[in-house]
Formats: sequence, C-alpha cells, structure tokens
Amino acid sequence: MSMPFYVAPEQVMKDRADYARKGIARGRALVAVRYVDGIALVAENASETLRKISEIYDRIAFAGVGKYNEFDQLRVAGVRAADLKGFQYSRDDVDARSLANQYAQILGQIFTHEMKPMEVEILVVEVGLTPGSDQLFHILYDGTVFDQQDHASLGGDSEAINARLAESFADGLDLGAAVRLGVSALAGPDRTIDASELEVAVLERGNGRRCFHRLTESELTAALSG
Amino acid sequence: MPFFVPGDDPGSSFPELLRRIGLSDPATAGHGTIDVPHATTCVALTFSDGVVLAGDRRATSGNLISHRSMEKVVEADRYSGVAIAGAAGPAMEMIRLFQLQLEHYEKVEGTTISLEGKANQLSMMVRGNLPAAMQGMVVVPLFAGYDLRREIGRLWAYDVTGGRYEERDFVATGSGSLHASTVIKVGYRPDMDRDAAVNLAAKALWEAADADSATGGPDALRGIYPVIATVTADGWQRLGDDDLATRYATIASEVQAR
Repeated sequence: MSMPFYVAPEQVMKDRADYARKGIARGRALVAVRYVDGIALVAENASETLRKISEIYDRIAFAGVGKYNEFDQLRVAGVRAADLKGFQYSRDDVDARSLANQYAQILGQIFTHEMKPMEVEILVVEVGLTPGSDQLFHILYDGTVFDQQDHASLGGDSEAINARLAESFADGLDLGAAVRLGVSALAGPDRTIDASELEVAVLERGNGRRCFHRLTESELTAALSG
Repeated sequence: MPFFVPGDDPGSSFPELLRRIGLSDPATAGHGTIDVPHATTCVALTFSDGVVLAGDRRATSGNLISHRSMEKVVEADRYSGVAIAGAAGPAMEMIRLFQLQLEHYEKVEGTTISLEGKANQLSMMVRGNLPAAMQGMVVVPLFAGYDLRREIGRLWAYDVTGGRYEERDFVATGSGSLHASTVIKVGYRPDMDRDAAVNLAAKALWEAADADSATGGPDALRGIYPVIATVTADGWQRLGDDDLATRYATIASEVQAR
C-alpha cells in the first residue's frame, strides 16, 4: 500500500478555497439593494428559466451565484427547512437568520469534509415589517456568514461592485432608483447591460403575505427608464 | 436543514418530505367512533367567468353548536379554493397541508401545479384520511378553481375514499347539501354572471339553513355571514361582509313578501 504524501492542512484549505473562488469568479455577479419598500435583487442572468433569485418564504428570498446545480440544491433545502418550520410552529417563526446559520453549517461541513467544496456564494434576505429590520446575510463557500447592511454583492468582481454600490447608495431609494443603482454597479463604467440580460426580483413590504415578486419584462423596463 | 443526496430526494412533495423526516400523522388505530365537531354545508357552482364557492359558518357536535364562525371555504392558492364538510379537526388540518403543498411545489419547481394536478393532490390527501374516516372522522371536500390553460372555471367533488368527480355545473356537500343543491339546480343558468351566481349560492345556503339544523344561516345579530368567494382569471376574491349583509337582506325581504 502506498502512503499518501503529507500535505499541510493550511495548504489543503487554501487549495480548496482557491478552487471554490475560481469557480465563483467565472460566473456573473448579483447584487441586493435596500429600497424604501423592501429589498431589490438584481442579477445578470441571460436565462429566463434557470433562476438565480427565488422565493424561500413569505418574507425571505434566496439568491445564489456560482455553480447552478449546487446553489439550486441549497435553495430547495432552504424552501424545505422554511416550510417545515412554518408547518410545525407558525409562519411568524420562520426567519432568515436561522436559515443563514443552517446554510453556513452545511457549507462549512462540505468545505472541510468533502473532496470538493461547493462553488457557490449565496445571499439570504428578509424584508422586515419596518425598514429598520431588513436583513441581508451573505454566506461564502466555506460557511463564513456576513451580516450586511443596505446592500450586498456576490460573484465575480464583487469587491469592485460593492465599492460602486457603497459610493452611490442612499437611504430611501425608490424601486426604480434601487434597480438602476444595482444595474449600474453590476455593469461598471465601461459596459451597459440589456434588460434581457437581467433577472430582477423584489421582497416588498405590503405586497400581501408573500412579499416576493419577480419583476415582469414591462415592470423592469419601467424601473430602468426611471 | 433537510439535505438529501440526488436519487434520494423527496422532490416537490411536502407530504412526502414530512414522511421522510418522520413528521407525518401517526396511523390511526383502534375501533369505535370518536365524536368531534362537524362542519356542514358547502356549495360550488360555475358561472361565465369562473366559479363560486360558498359555505356556512356553523360547526356542530351532536345537537350542539360548537362554533359559529368557522371558515370552511378557504383559498388554496391564488386560482383555487377548497370547501370542506365533515370532521372539523382533520378537515382544517387537511386544508393547511393542502395549501402548503401547493405553495411548496410552486417554490421548489418554480411553476404552479395545473388545476387538475391540484385536484389530484387533494384526492390523495382525502384517501390518506381513510383510516380516520372509518372511525367517524370523515372529511369530504369540494375543490374549485380557474383553469388558466383552458380559461374556464372547474369544480370537483370527492368521496371518502379519495374518489374525485369533476362536475360541470354545480356541486354541494355536507348535511344541508340536498336542500342547497336543489335550490341551485332550479336556479342554475350556465351563462350567469358573477353577481347572479353569488346570489344563487347565497340563496342555496339560506334554504339549507332553513331546513337543516346543522347548517348556520346568516347571523345579522353577530354579523356572521357565510363565506362566499369567487375564482376567476383575476384570482381569488372573497366577498366582504357588508356586501353579503345587503344580499341576505334582499333574500329576507323576498321571503317575507311571499
């Protein structure tokens, strides 16, 4: 029997992180921006059917970048966890923080124990009853959780995008302004993104029980034209 | 968080997920019947743009009224509704699970179930209740909704074994169903508009309450009126109590003038 070569744990973790980061950086980015009535999620996504943004529960949405099959598996797990909790307890007891923690557990577990880490970055957002209680949790491939304020960006080039968001974000944006901010942050100074390349959804306070709403083509055009 | 490996995945079914994590109802065993509150009369009928669902508000335990304001007609999702007659406890639980299953499927799959698919789902839930039904906890729902693909209102009746029967014009269930369905049968016209169909449903429940002690009539004193809702291309719309108060006042004055 041959002995495997010794590899330092630091090296193993670094290799895995590099691998995951590379996979994520290949994909296109996604941003979330708080606006006066809720949270807008804007993704660059040419597909009409393979979604990056979706509904988890009444006030909670999920967004993922990276490998589609992997974040979709996480999305479905989130829907299941939320529906089960709402069924066993009450709809009011389902919250983004607990989901984010569960996601972090799974991603952390896979990162350290599996051959291959998940090449995903996900965002779990919850629209609060009041603007002050909106929540954005950004979770990395290794299970690291960030509690973000006002806006978040994930995927390739997210640092530059985040800088652009931070520069132009202001409290009290309306929906159109939030979507335009998201799109311009994604595009950067040298590029424009066509409406057909965008996937936009909102979690909107006062949208009834289920706050999640995917913007239709006409709604998106209206939001973009301001 | 339930996390399944591919090939071992419960898919988009919520009841199956409950079973998989060991949360489904314990099998009912034993003999004899249990006396629980019962919900009574519900009707559904189609009209030119969709369907009307209506149900009284009374639940009875033997000859006692156990609840005066029960809601047996509920929204299943945006384009369909359920009306329930039978043992109130299992019925309400079945509705809750049914609503959740429709929403769960929609979120997992990213599309809604077809109307016939929803009717089929409910059928399986009624069948699952068969052991409890043998002990007297019978649940007999009606299901109605707007078929977005065919652009018509459709309705289904069920039997206790989960048998699913699509009806063309109208259907009634519960203890007052005989009286209610007679009223609808006499007054039914296929080209009725929403207003006429709602009035006919209101009238049917009035007559059922008049002849069946387990069916509650409009209670102007407490402001409790039957639940009446329509499902059309615009989705589920429940009529307000003010609207129903006016309609029942009209019916009362018509009866007085006989």
